[in-house]
Amino acid sequence: MQAFDTAQLPRDPSSVRFEPGPTEDKLILSMGPQHPSTHGVLRILLELDGEYIVRAEPVLGYIHRMHEWMAEQKTYFQFMPNMGRVDYLHAMAWNWAYAGAVERLAGIEVPERGEHIRVAVTELNRISSHLLWWGAYLLDLGAFTPIMYAFDDREILLDILQAVTGSRLTYSYFTFGGVYNDVPGDFAPRCLAFTKHLRSRLPMYRDLVTDNVILRGRCEGIGEMDVDLARRYGATGPVIRGSGAPVDTRRAEPYSVYGKFDFRIPAYSQGDAMARYMVRMDELETSCDIIDQAVSELPDGPCSAKAPKTLKPPKGEACYAVEGARGKILVHVRSDGGPKPYRVKLRAPGFSNLSVFCELARGTLLADAVSILGSLDLVIPEIDR
Amino acid sequence: MSVSELFEEACTGLKSLFVGLGITGKAFCQPQVTVIYPKQEVDNLSTFRGHVELVGKEDDPSVPRCVACGACVKACPSDCLTILCPVPAKEGQEDAPMAMGPAPQKGSKTPGAVIVDFSLCSLCGQCAKTCPVDSLRFSDNPYMVALDRKEFRIDLMARLKRQAEEE
Repeated sequence: MQAFDTAQLPRDPSSVRFEPGPTEDKLILSMGPQHPSTHGVLRILLELDGEYIVRAEPVLGYIHRMHEWMAEQKTYFQFMPNMGRVDYLHAMAWNWAYAGAVERLAGIEVPERGEHIRVAVTELNRISSHLLWWGAYLLDLGAFTPIMYAFDDREILLDILQAVTGSRLTYSYFTFGGVYNDVPGDFAPRCLAFTKHLRSRLPMYRDLVTDNVILRGRCEGIGEMDVDLARRYGATGPVIRGSGAPVDTRRAEPYSVYGKFDFRIPAYSQGDAMARYMVRMDELETSCDIIDQAVSELPDGPCSAKAPKTLKPPKGEACYAVEGARGKILVHVRSDGGPKPYRVKLRAPGFSNLSVFCELARGTLLADAVSILGSLDLVIPEIDR
Repeated sequence: MSVSELFEEACTGLKSLFVGLGITGKAFCQPQVTVIYPKQEVDNLSTFRGHVELVGKEDDPSVPRCVACGACVKACPSDCLTILCPVPAKEGQEDAPMAMGPAPQKGSKTPGAVIVDFSLCSLCGQCAKTCPVDSLRFSDNPYMVALDRKEFRIDLMARLKRQAEEE
């Protein structure tokens, strides 16, 4: 193989692209990697003309941990806890995508009780992710109180998840064939009580924030994205649903027992930051509906199928897609028959969602960049794997 | 913008302001939801995953159930477990001092030392799940604090003995 000549590369590609124009009245501003509204170590280079953004380019690589390579160095079981660290706010969905792909590869059937528990805990985790996003987004926009309300409700939810999984953030609860341990006896009543409580809080959220003139002023008509643009960049989750396309993996490619449940996929056609906000607020209710159905019909029986202690799936490959809080998560696993995966490819929704930012930010005010970035709900370790 | 529009905007803004103030005012009168540590401690720890600890035998709680097979060490993705066993003496060297080596060791069914480095542990539970004799479980201490990383290297055998004496 011919060696790659690194001398040909510009020393700092970003600096080359962001050379001041002939008028030299442009300002290059580095937003991040420690900016509070980038939610992690994301750096965005902005070229400004006054307060208007001429160009915006995300710079990644500050938290790169080689998850995919690590997967090839560890056994199937050993890699499982890593998945919760990819997107630490919706760890269950990532664990599920990996477990699902390996189960498909190894031909392991999950018992129905296990599937119901998986659905319930993943939806609980989705609510916790959305609540944190809600608080953090409003914090970006200058409102401090909402994050306190969000954390108040999130505490109840994390207590339920702690009782089930033993942890409060990175759960490591999924295992090949089902879940690590069965749920405690009071799981269903606690979940039902929580969904009832959350539904009673949503009108308060609406009065406090959603109907507030400041939020509407900061979000309405900001970062408008039509559905074609969203599709072109591969945006998924609430970002594309905020552009009017009700695309949801739970409905489009039903997995597990989602096909059994009756739920609504919220979508708004405005395509602006407010539409994406509204989609997530409606999704809280959707998740409550799914949890209610999953725990009310919790079947008896084992929560996990027996999987061999040393997993050696036959040669071949498998994909599994789930709907995460940020969009479609896909894991592609290829096996060569050994105890370690030959290749693992992760498809993170945040990466595609972030790509749209360059288009959306162009021509907007600097303050609007924060509104747009927050409305995309980014988790950087997921983008920069 | 006309005067009527300005007036309308001011009214809407004021309404938003008062609705928000009303909600925060109500919350001000509600009981506190946070736990003030160290005056109060959380009590929902029955299923909490702290670092792993050894499970003692029923007849002698100071002796672990562990059979020093090394399955947990092999399963651990973070390399945070160490199990040492006495290495059988070679022929002609019976009088030499007993050396310790990583589990499993031929002829050794009890561990000499079990050490967990909690600073590396990812709490995945693979070790407890793999253990053939259910000798590992999670502890429930959420308040581990230390100034030195070395303090997170926990000698589980000594901990088990201490727990048995306390009981």
